[in-house]
Amino acid sequence: MAHRSPVPTASGTLPVLLPYNPRGPAYDDFFATRWLASIPAWWLLALAALFPVMALAQAGAAESPLDKLVRWAPFLFRQGFMFNVLISVLAMGIGTVVGAFMGLALISRLRPVRAVARVYVTFFRNVPWLVLLFIVLLSFPFQFRVFGTTIPFPGWFKTVIGLAIPVSANIAEVVRGAVQSVPTAQWEAAESLGFTRRQAIWQIILPQCFKRMLPPWMNWYAILTMSTPLCSLLGVGEIISLTRQAMEAEGNQPELLIPFYGFALLLFLAYCYPIARLTMRLERRFAVKT
Amino acid sequence: MTDWTADQPIVRLRDVHKSYGQVEVIRGISMDVMKGEVICIIGPSGSGKSTLIRCINALNDIQAGSIQVEGQEVHDPRLDKLALRRKVGMVFQQYNLFPHKTALQNVMMAPIKVLREKPAEVEARARALLKKVRLEGKENHYPGELSGGQQQRVAIARSLAMQPDVMLFDEVTAALDPETVKEVLVAIKDLAAEGMTCILVTHEMGFAREVADHIYFTDRGVIVEHGPPAEFFTKARDPRTRAFLDQVL
Repeated sequence: MAHRSPVPTASGTLPVLLPYNPRGPAYDDFFATRWLASIPAWWLLALAALFPVMALAQAGAAESPLDKLVRWAPFLFRQGFMFNVLISVLAMGIGTVVGAFMGLALISRLRPVRAVARVYVTFFRNVPWLVLLFIVLLSFPFQFRVFGTTIPFPGWFKTVIGLAIPVSANIAEVVRGAVQSVPTAQWEAAESLGFTRRQAIWQIILPQCFKRMLPPWMNWYAILTMSTPLCSLLGVGEIISLTRQAMEAEGNQPELLIPFYGFALLLFLAYCYPIARLTMRLERRFAVKT
Repeated sequence: MTDWTADQPIVRLRDVHKSYGQVEVIRGISMDVMKGEVICIIGPSGSGKSTLIRCINALNDIQAGSIQVEGQEVHDPRLDKLALRRKVGMVFQQYNLFPHKTALQNVMMAPIKVLREKPAEVEARARALLKKVRLEGKENHYPGELSGGQQQRVAIARSLAMQPDVMLFDEVTAALDPETVKEVLVAIKDLAAEGMTCILVTHEMGFAREVADHIYFTDRGVIVEHGPPAEFFTKARDPRTRAFLDQVL
């Protein structure tokens, strides 16, 4: 009598151990971007088209919530959403520069440098972003005094730094992974031609990694942009704060919630969706060809 | 500089030992290479040929013994590695061209970035070198657009651009199609005819017989037998050499 398998198997399959394959996309760094990119474009177009209908469905007062939104939209977009974009661009810029050096420190030949970078990267990749934002906001002074001149250090710039820190830790991992993906033969070829290690990194290894680093870099930019509303909790006047203030100015009616927050959601979708689609396309293209 | 003169061996190995952890791959090799000589190192896989050649330009370190290039000790910790690498060029089995640069840029890169020579002079030299390895018209092709044999000839030109005194060839035809092997061997033969000192690790016995001044047979980390090709291929004494030659010839 054959032994009954505890899990259902197709008849005739050999009892070999197959690789464990979890269902659905793996929870890696690309999780959010992959999910966003997997939404068909026409869903989003349909959502945008239905948006006025949804807003109108809650109409009742003399001026419909949609009319109120139309009145507020230019302000919310220009003063609010563009501020989110500015925060994300600045944080990404700082995070990329710091992350590039941290990534190189991760592969340094000096053990202490490697150890410090490893602690920095591991810690800031895993710490909750909001906690980090609060720490930066509360621990940094609101102004600096350098040689008698007072340099203001506004809250919104503190949030830029607070967001740049975890981004830099993740970019460091991206840089390390990309550099280590270049075959060692390239290092040897460079070495045999007299390149020093530093010259080899900057002139031979990093230019080759550039393509490989682009998709994960864009992935982190999309994640960062979608995280900028965290700044509203710290009182920065970005889109979510302004939306709340706008609704308060309009009398805080509950029927304003869906149109106003929905508008913010649509702006983020419109900005991040193309980035996510492009990221996944580049990721697929560069994955095949090295 | 040291007091090396051209009548002394340009590459001089004395009792070289090299091990990877517990595994000893080179167990006491000595060798003299005079200027202008062409040396072929042959032997079965795993006999330490490639490791030996990589020790000569300090890509691998050694545990004991001495390697001198133009009288300069290679494994001296105070060694100026750049000075050594100007003298010793190396070509690899897998070409190892820089994939993000064109053929011409591959050749020009090291003289400009490492030796800080004038780009205009380097470019003229690089074009001449590519012409020499019969790659005229391929200057602006990327490595990915070239065949294996063409890539390997770019690699030879790239190494020559540093104007080395000694060239090391590490199984440069082993990864190539039989048809393209010949074009690479012709390039090396031209080089040898011009008087370049060449040390080759190769499995091309016919080529070794034709161009080599001296052949070394290595097995299990030691030199079993060596001699000029005419003698080596016909009057091998050691049974291990004979067994190897019977297999490959």
